[in-house]
Order: sequence, then structure tokens, then C-alpha cells
Amino acid sequence: MNYLPNTDADRKQMLAAIGVESVDDLFACIPKDVRFDRALDVPEPMAELSLLRHMQRLANCNINTEQMVSFLGGGIYDHYLPSAVDHIISRGEFFTAYTPYQPEVSQGTLQAVFEYQTMVAELTGMDAANASMYDGATALAEAAMMARRVGRKGKRVVMSTSIHPEYRQVVHTYLHGQGWEIVEVPTREGITDVEALEEVVNEDTFAVLMQNPNFFGLLEPVTAFETLVSTFKTAQLVVACDPISLGVLRPPSTYGANIVVGEGQPLGNPMSFGGPHLGFFAADKRHMRSMPGRIIGQTQDVEGRRGFVMTLQTREQHIRRERATSNICSNEALNALAATVYLSLMGKQGFQEVAQQTTQKAHYAAKAIAELPGFELAFDQPFFKEFVIKGPGPANKLIEKLLDDEILAGVDLGRFDDTMSDCLLVAVTEKRTKEEIDYFVERLGESK
Amino acid sequence: MTSEHQCEVITNEPVIFELSAPGRRAVRLPTLDVPEEPLDALIPEDMLRTEPAGLPEVSEIDVIRHFTRLSQFNHGVDTGFYPLGSCTMKYNPKVNEDIARMPGFASIHPYQPEQTVQGALEVMDQLGEYLKEISGMNHVSLQPAAGAHGELAGILLIRAYHEARGNERHKIIIPDSAHGTNPATAAMAGYNTVEVPSDDRGGVDIEALAAILDDDVAGLMLTNPNTLGVFDENITQIARMVHEAGGLLYYDGANANAIMGYSRPGDMGFDIVHFNLHKTFATPHGGGGPGSGPIVVTDELAPYLPVPIVTQTDGTYRFEWDVPESIGQLRSFYGNFGVMLKAYAYIRSMGASGLKAASADAVLNANYLMNALKDTYYLPFDRTCMHEFVLSGSWQKKEHGVSTLDIAKALLDYGMHPPTIYFPLIVDEAQMIEPTETESRETLDQFIKAMKEIAEIARENPDALFEAPRRTPVRRLDEGSAARRPLICWLPEEATLQDE
Repeated sequence: MNYLPNTDADRKQMLAAIGVESVDDLFACIPKDVRFDRALDVPEPMAELSLLRHMQRLANCNINTEQMVSFLGGGIYDHYLPSAVDHIISRGEFFTAYTPYQPEVSQGTLQAVFEYQTMVAELTGMDAANASMYDGATALAEAAMMARRVGRKGKRVVMSTSIHPEYRQVVHTYLHGQGWEIVEVPTREGITDVEALEEVVNEDTFAVLMQNPNFFGLLEPVTAFETLVSTFKTAQLVVACDPISLGVLRPPSTYGANIVVGEGQPLGNPMSFGGPHLGFFAADKRHMRSMPGRIIGQTQDVEGRRGFVMTLQTREQHIRRERATSNICSNEALNALAATVYLSLMGKQGFQEVAQQTTQKAHYAAKAIAELPGFELAFDQPFFKEFVIKGPGPANKLIEKLLDDEILAGVDLGRFDDTMSDCLLVAVTEKRTKEEIDYFVERLGESK
Repeated sequence: MTSEHQCEVITNEPVIFELSAPGRRAVRLPTLDVPEEPLDALIPEDMLRTEPAGLPEVSEIDVIRHFTRLSQFNHGVDTGFYPLGSCTMKYNPKVNEDIARMPGFASIHPYQPEQTVQGALEVMDQLGEYLKEISGMNHVSLQPAAGAHGELAGILLIRAYHEARGNERHKIIIPDSAHGTNPATAAMAGYNTVEVPSDDRGGVDIEALAAILDDDVAGLMLTNPNTLGVFDENITQIARMVHEAGGLLYYDGANANAIMGYSRPGDMGFDIVHFNLHKTFATPHGGGGPGSGPIVVTDELAPYLPVPIVTQTDGTYRFEWDVPESIGQLRSFYGNFGVMLKAYAYIRSMGASGLKAASADAVLNANYLMNALKDTYYLPFDRTCMHEFVLSGSWQKKEHGVSTLDIAKALLDYGMHPPTIYFPLIVDEAQMIEPTETESRETLDQFIKAMKEIAEIARENPDALFEAPRRTPVRRLDEGSAARRPLICWLPEEATLQDE
């Protein structure tokens, strides 16, 4: 049998040592009425070779982004993944370990996470970060909950509708049982309506959630957020952002963010149909004891050597149980390792270049599309790497049509909002060549 | 001097920022091929970053050597025995890694048109079918990203179920042997927790349960076999009692590796089950994730499942988003698809007979270890165990002053990962041991030998154990000062402080 090393002779010896006749005797503790008395309806075993053929057949039923030119974004992006990333995270010492409960034999994981936390802090401008959350959306929901612990009072969460619709859904799901009030702020011209925001943020507000660049790729009125939130002592400004954007955009710490979160997928992780990825989570050091999730800290061993341990564990579920800051246990450690290796490989200059090239290419594409007859940019606002185009017909038809040209044209915004069914969200990364962009523009122009 | 110097290098890899040299680079991008505009012509100047983020400046070989060295400081299933109780550290098949990296799986975007991802949806649909069959339940959501996330989904379903009946309840009952995630989850979903004690056989104390149950109880969270590794024989009675009180039963699937093909939570009376794909279905633990925590539920709870749900008509798969009573989305997109793939491949590789054989060997291995060690270490619940069991270091503690922590640290010098220690909380000096089915009798014998030798040393020379470990990259670490004066991001001024 695959992966089971015991032979029948081993089993016999072991049963004798235990003093029972058969394995079934060991299951005698399961009462008869809950014993399963037939074979599971699962196909019979497959040898490795057959399994590979079967899985390849299934994989071939998908059209992957290596066979197409992709302009899909909306939270998951086709940035370049350097080869070395996968080589490192494929080392069994990393991926077959678990949570570093025994730090003496887990320094690899622990130091890598410490480096990850430092890099997240550097990107966001904050001075504390945790070891990762499940994804950007859950990180945002956890940030709202942390804001309540920090501010200690209030019942209102204010959330801009320029935040990714799936993220907003997740915030609603997470906060449902807490008895708080979630107030959503409308957008105007694709960005948060500042006047509407001013009307709803009040003394009772403990968190204001925004995304920058926002779901539509646009830059938010960050100064207005900063000014408004800072007038309320207990309100925390929570900013979700694309980590790649932080190669060119000012870090959220410079506009008053108290907690900064986001989806870390673009940092060295394949798109993988939406997961597994990682949520990064950074905050002000003064509030690190209110943070959710694992945190790694530096210390020393009995011989005075530097070493790393899980720290501030009294916040966590395995110690604090129902009073923990979160129920999270397993996070996304291997994805965080991928992010750490990615950021090391790109480095200070390289990371900046990824963001700069992304900006240049996205703007090149947007300009060319806007010049096409029948097409326009839906919003006249500054953006980073994503933008919304309005075409002559429904976006889903456009997407269908361009599939024939081996182009994944973008995200149909009609799937989130009926009034935007003629809007297509287009993302351009540094990976797209001028030739690919020109081809996309040409096919768009022909699509009418 | 040379050897000392080398030793220092091997056991004390610098933090990557300390390897940084201005201007050094690793991976480069192709030259920009579109006309370059000044950045501030594209993005308003006041939104631009003035200083680049302080990332390291290193070469590719620096990166490779650095992380390769770090990996060598880790213990993993690939490097040695890892009997970490309730974590099911079984072998992670390499072929599944190759499968998850096939471009047809790794390079697909969650917003691709559904007709371009039919293979991915088929994997999700089929995995869901298998999980339903293995658990004896009727409906599935693969969305939760880990076990604790599955718990949150499940408890939110319980809340939705009661709310739909206009019957708000406030309490979740949790056994004193439960994982810490259970009470933390209940609290996150807005519930108060009530603890039910264990009886002297390690199961739920039925009388105590009867005393707690009332019409304010929303549900009970249970692991079966529980964290003591024993199967709760009263499970049908417990289910009946909870249901009669109007509550629901949640099955924490952390220990499902014991019962595949032998017993099903659905048949025990549970309403919601989560699986840990990274435990039961052999996907790697990754140093603490990614996991995946699908939930399977009864018909009554199906209307509340998170969206989207994978559906199939005439061989065509699609996502259903329009589920009016759904608790909503629990994370972005569809779950940890890459992990689902590996679990799917594992189930296909093992087949029905293999899954059952895996549980059989997991239980056999655990009983073999328990039987061999129960005269050396105190076994508080002396009965047939399932896939894991809990020893107590209380004899060693009382007689020789050697704690379970000392025993665990001594095991590190044998190249083995220690069991889960000081858990469950109801056993003094607990050592929770789960060998898994992928370990051979020889490996188990080595562990038995090590544990007996350590007990011997505890008798003869306990001081030696207080010094353990000696052969690890670092020795015991000062966790107290790490918490009192937390340093959680690298600072140049703290870098060499302890290296001199």
C-alpha cells in the first residue's frame, strides 16, 4: 500500500506485543452502532504513474495563464516568480515541518519568519508585523477586530465600498456575531466619497477600513481619511494594500494608518486559483499585544547565542483559549517564506523596479485603450496597476470574445455590481510585454 | 580555531539584512519595453514613496545559501520522526508537490471564465464528494483555510441555524480536553463558552453534561477520538442529549486520521464536521501552514454554507454564489486550492482500501508505542487508544525533578521531534504522542529506546536532562525575556548584541 511501511510480518509482531489478535480488536472501543460496516465509496488505489496521468488530464482541462495573455487582477496578480523561490520552499526541511513549538529544532522557520516580519514592516512603514494570516480578506476582518481591542469602546465599523467586494463580504461574515454595526460608505468617481465618510465616522467608531489602491486600482483620498480619523481618539485607520504598490507608493504609515494589511500573493506565490496565499498584517508596535496570530521574536540561548522563538503567546488560543486575540492557529507560513525569499531576491532596487515597470506598463495600456473608439476609462483618477475600462458592450461578452484570441481580458465588474456590467477591470504587471499589450489593445479594438 | 569558527558560521546564520551590501542585486527584470514616462507624470507626486523600502541587497547565491542553511536548522517529517500529538505529521508524498505545480493548476486565476477552469472545479467537486463519503455527511464547503477557520465556519453555521429559527442562543459547550482553538472560535463567533469535564475514562462526563444543557446552549464542540486519543463510547447518547436540548454537534476533525473507513461522524450524530487536509490527507504543514479546513454538514445546515458552492449539471461545473441564507464568504476566492489538490491526489492514491489501511496502521502504531512505554511513563487513561495517546511525565517529575519539558528537550538530541507537551491541559506533565501510519516498526522501536533511555537518565543523572538539548543548532532559548522585551523586527543596533 502506498506510503505505509509496515509489512504484514511487522503487524503480526506488533499485535503480539500489544497482546491482541487482530487490528479489529483495537477498534473494538468503537460502539457497534457507530461502526462503519461497508467499504468507503472512494475509487480504488492508484499507482504514482497512473495518478500523474490522471492529474495531468485534469490539469489539461484548464486553460492556464501560460497559454494565454492575462490581464486578470482583482486581488490576485500575475507578477514574475523568480525560479529560486520555489527551489527554497520545496526543501523538505521547510515544508514538512509544523508550527515551531520546539524552537531548538525550528530556527530555520523561526528566523525566516522574523525576516518576513521585518520586511513587512519595511514595506508598510509600520514597526510590528505578525507571521501571516490566511489571506488579505481575513487579515482585514481581523484588523477590524483588533481595532476594537485597541480602542476598547465603540460599536461602529466604517468601511468604504471601494474595498474589494469579497473582502467586504468577509468582514461582514467575521463580525456577524459581535453585535457591532458596519456602515458602508459609497464611492464617487470610483473612490471613497469623502463627504459621505465624514457623515458616518463618529465618536462611536472604532475602525475605519479603506483600501489603497482601491478595488478599482485607484488611489484613495488618503489625506482626508487621515485628517478625519485622527480627530477621533479611539478610531483606528485600517488600510488594505497591494504589497507591490509599496514599491512606488508612499507607505500607509505616512498617512496615519494604525493597522496595515493585504494580500501577499504577488510576493512570490503562484496564483493557484486563489489559494493558498497569505495575508500580511502590520501595526504599531505599541499595540503588538493586541495583534492576532503568531509573532516571532529574537532572544538568546543559554550560551548567549542569538535565536528566535514564538513570543507573546499569551495572546494566542492555545494559552488564552476563549480570551485569545484570534482563533487562528495554522497560518500561511510556507507562503510567507516564499514572500521572504521573493523580497530578498528582488531586493531594495529590484522591488522598486517591479513596481515602477508595473506602473509604466499599466499606464501605457490604459492610455492606448482609452484612445480606442468606443472605449474609455471609467474613472478619471490616478491609479497604480489596475484600471476600469468601459466598452461598447457588456464586459462578459468582451471577455468571451477575447478568449478566442487567447487573452484573459480582465474581471467583469458586473459580477459584483449590476450597474457596472459594461465595466472591465484590467490589471497589467511587469510581466506583460509591449507586444502583448499592443496585441490586447488591437484585439479590443477589433472586438466590436 | 578554524573548527570553532566554522561551528559559529553553521549554527548562527546572520539575519539576511546583515548580509546586505549597497548595490548588490539578485534577480533582474528585462529592460522596460514601453516608452518611459516620469513617474510623477503618472502618479501624483504627493502619493509617491520618497525612500525605497529597506529590503536587503544581496546576490542570488547569498539568498540560496542563506535559506538553505536556515532549512538545515529545521526538523521536518523528511528529516526524522515527528510524533506531535493531534498534528498528524505523516509523510507528505512528493508526487503531490509536482501535481500542485502543474501549470494547469498553479497558473490559473480565480476570476478566469468558468469554462477555462473545468479541471480545477472537477477536482474540487470530487474532493467534496470523497469528504462527504468519508464523514457520512451530505454537503460540503472547501473554503476554510485551516482547521480553526473550519471551526469558525461551523460555529457561524450554528449561529445562522438558530437565528433562522428566531432562537438566539448564547452558549457553546466545550470539553476540558479540547484544543484551544475551540473556545477561541466560539468567542470569535460571539458565543460564551461553558466547559464540560471529562469522566474517569477520558470521555465527556455525561452527568455534568446533563447539568449544563439547557435551551441557551447553541451547540457542543467535540473531537472524537478526543485529545486523549480515546474514542468516546457514549457518543450517540451525547448526540441525543444535545439534540434534545435543541443544540447542534460540531465535530473537530483534528483526529480523523484514526477512523477513516471505521466510523463516520455523520453516523455518530454530528451536524458539522471539519477536516484538516494537512493532517488526515497528507498535505504538508509548511512550518505552520498553509492548511485547509473543509467543512461537511447535514441537510439542515446546507442553506447556510459559505458561498460560493461548486455545483455540477450534466458534467459542467460552476460556482453558485446565489445562496440567500448563506453565512457569506469566509475568505477571498474559493479556499486553499493548492492544498485541496494534494489532498485529492492523496485520496486517489490511497483509495478506499488504502485510507482504511492508513487508519488501521495509525492505530496499531499508537497502541504499540503506548504498550511499550506504559511501564516507563505514567499512563493516566490505560485503555486501548486510537491514533494517539497521552503519557504523563509525573513519575519523573515527582521522583527525579525531571519535567516533561526536560524529556522533550532530551529527545531533540536523539534527532526526534518531541510529542505535543503540556496538552491536553487535564493531564499533568502531558506528552501527547501520535506516531502516524507512515512510520515503520523500526522507527517506533528507536523512539521506545530513546524514551526508555531518557527515563533511565532521569533516574541516574537528572542533571544531564536539565542541560538538554546539546546537539541542536541552538540550545534552550530564553522565552521569558523575548516576551518581556519583544524584538519582533530586525534592528541593526540589536544585531550583534548577542553574537559576541
